[in-house]
Amino acid sequence: MGLMTDRALLGPQYRTPNLRECLEAMALGGPLVAITAGWQDREGEIEELRAHVACPVTDLGLYVRAEHVYAEDAALAAAARERQERLQELQDHYRLRLHALMAAVEELAPAAEESHGRRAARRAALGDVRRLDRQHLAATAREHAAFARRWQHAPRPSLAPHRAALAAAIDGAAAVLIAGGHVAVLLNRLRLFGLGALLERKPLIAWSAGAMALCERVVLFHDRPPQGAAHAEVLEPGLGLVTGVVALPHAAARLALNEPARVQVFARRFAPARCLALEHGSLVRWHRGRVATARDLKRLSRSGRVVEVAE
Amino acid sequence: MSAPLATLLAGGAPDRAALEAFLNAHAVPLVAREGVTFLYHGEAEAVLLRMFISGLPAAQPLERVAGTELWILTLPLPEGSRFEYKFEVKQGAASEWILDPLNPLKASDPFGANSVCQGYGYAPPEWTLPDDGARTGRFERLAIDSRHVGRRPVQLYLPARLRRTRRYPLLVLHDGGDYLRYAQLKTVLDNLIHRLEIPPLVVALTESPDRLREYVGLDAHADFLVEELLPAVAARVPLDADPAMRCAMGASLGGVASLHAAWRHPGTFGRLLLQSGSFAFTDIGENRRGPVFEPVVRFMNAFRARPGRPAERIYLSCGIYESLIYENRSLVPLLQAARIQVRYEEARDGHNWQNWRDRLRAGLTFLFPGPLWMVYE
Repeated sequence: MGLMTDRALLGPQYRTPNLRECLEAMALGGPLVAITAGWQDREGEIEELRAHVACPVTDLGLYVRAEHVYAEDAALAAAARERQERLQELQDHYRLRLHALMAAVEELAPAAEESHGRRAARRAALGDVRRLDRQHLAATAREHAAFARRWQHAPRPSLAPHRAALAAAIDGAAAVLIAGGHVAVLLNRLRLFGLGALLERKPLIAWSAGAMALCERVVLFHDRPPQGAAHAEVLEPGLGLVTGVVALPHAAARLALNEPARVQVFARRFAPARCLALEHGSLVRWHRGRVATARDLKRLSRSGRVVEVAE
Repeated sequence: MSAPLATLLAGGAPDRAALEAFLNAHAVPLVAREGVTFLYHGEAEAVLLRMFISGLPAAQPLERVAGTELWILTLPLPEGSRFEYKFEVKQGAASEWILDPLNPLKASDPFGANSVCQGYGYAPPEWTLPDDGARTGRFERLAIDSRHVGRRPVQLYLPARLRRTRRYPLLVLHDGGDYLRYAQLKTVLDNLIHRLEIPPLVVALTESPDRLREYVGLDAHADFLVEELLPAVAARVPLDADPAMRCAMGASLGGVASLHAAWRHPGTFGRLLLQSGSFAFTDIGENRRGPVFEPVVRFMNAFRARPGRPAERIYLSCGIYESLIYENRSLVPLLQAARIQVRYEEARDGHNWQNWRDRLRAGLTFLFPGPLWMVYE
């Protein structure tokens, strides 16, 4: 973590929040601003959050602002739709190729007695998956970069007032809270208003999809989906404000953490990034680029075990 | 015979104290990978296992262990099986069907209760159990004065955090009260929605005072659903008008009623969830299932001749211990030939509510996949 401003990732905040504990650890009071765009049409329903932190919190209203921008700026809205279609197509093609490659990885899972050749083939198969992940990440990054060059470099009348208001609100806040929800919607709104740069110098506390959005890449995951294959997918780059980490909210519910072979593949696939299991009560805080606090935090290890993360 | 029981009996007839100690120490029936051993302990002239597995005799006698009041029967049973049964205990001229006194597992249905045999490898799915962490939906009631079927009460399941600004998928459910009572439907819906495995959806739970008449392919019932129920629900809660967001569902004759409504009103229900449908038909000759099935056979024969495309996607399930397995299997290629996306699932189970409960997750998530890959709350 080469970034100097305090950052913290938390587990889910539903029912047993620990956001207040995190604010205290970071010695932060109010006022705070919140980003709840991932909640979509529930955006801004932050009464419980306000009561929990016991200080003034203002929601930045990114979801609604985006709706207004798209309603006002038809050309931008159409371009955004087209980009979304291209991203969807990229994801579909990536998924097709991923399932084929992951089938090989699973077929070559460690056996009781295995040859050197089988081990080498397993490493190579995982290498193929890692290569595909990198290619997909690069392809989606190119889409976003092209969109930003075309539509967001020059100030657009539809966006400019919102950006100015957001910059002022963030500037006046002690910290920015980023909640979870729909991770693609959240990222879309964060990018639309160019919040990456505005958030860079602010203390940030994020949880669930918010934590995923702050990382360098967003990894979607579920080991026991009711339908379809259970292969984690790279979605696209995140904001990269937390580095060297893959955020895994609700990991215990979503991942087969008691299956060392699956844990091992997951951890090795995304290494050297650390795959952090963010459960209720989890807290990891970086101060001046170093882990300053780690509570109820585990990571998926390359050996296949799930181990505590120490401060 | 199970190994512990064989050990008990190896030294001859056990005395009462040894027998009671054994029964206290073991869950009954005795379940092993190779089969199930049923035990009955009591005075009787004969004891029969009465079970509901198509293809096996409806009654199988237990054998008395000489010198004791213990009766035993061992059946081979495939892994993952579950079925329901009773004992018939004969004493003189009297004969009584009873629940297995040694087995605490029971399943209820509108006709009473049965004992449950959970074979090796079966466990009730964890998503059918109450989850304290899940947000819970609620119910509202409405009554429809129907010109087709008379006054009809309907219960609406509304998901947690329902918002008037959002439009919801709708599930129209036959025998809704029974699904709530015997298949834990409320718990299942709350859990699947909370886990993002299905989207928040509205369920219209319908009932019929005369399902043997209304659920057998009655046009008036189908017209009630489409012309009166759907508008009434849409007036109460915001619904997505896309047929892909509308599903008719039912079990047994409720499956027939669902298919019939979709067939009579194509383009209305884009989704169907049909569990152990009573899809009786005849290729040639007479219907042998009795007069109740005459209208079903008429409808199914007509449907099989001209299936059309009643829905875009159908989930179909049946237990392999049901007599209806043939009819359900027969439906699959017919639906596929009609370019319908079909998911067909068989279970080692019978024609009962716990079978239908255990298939709810597969069916609902196939028809209404939730946002679990994208949403992390």
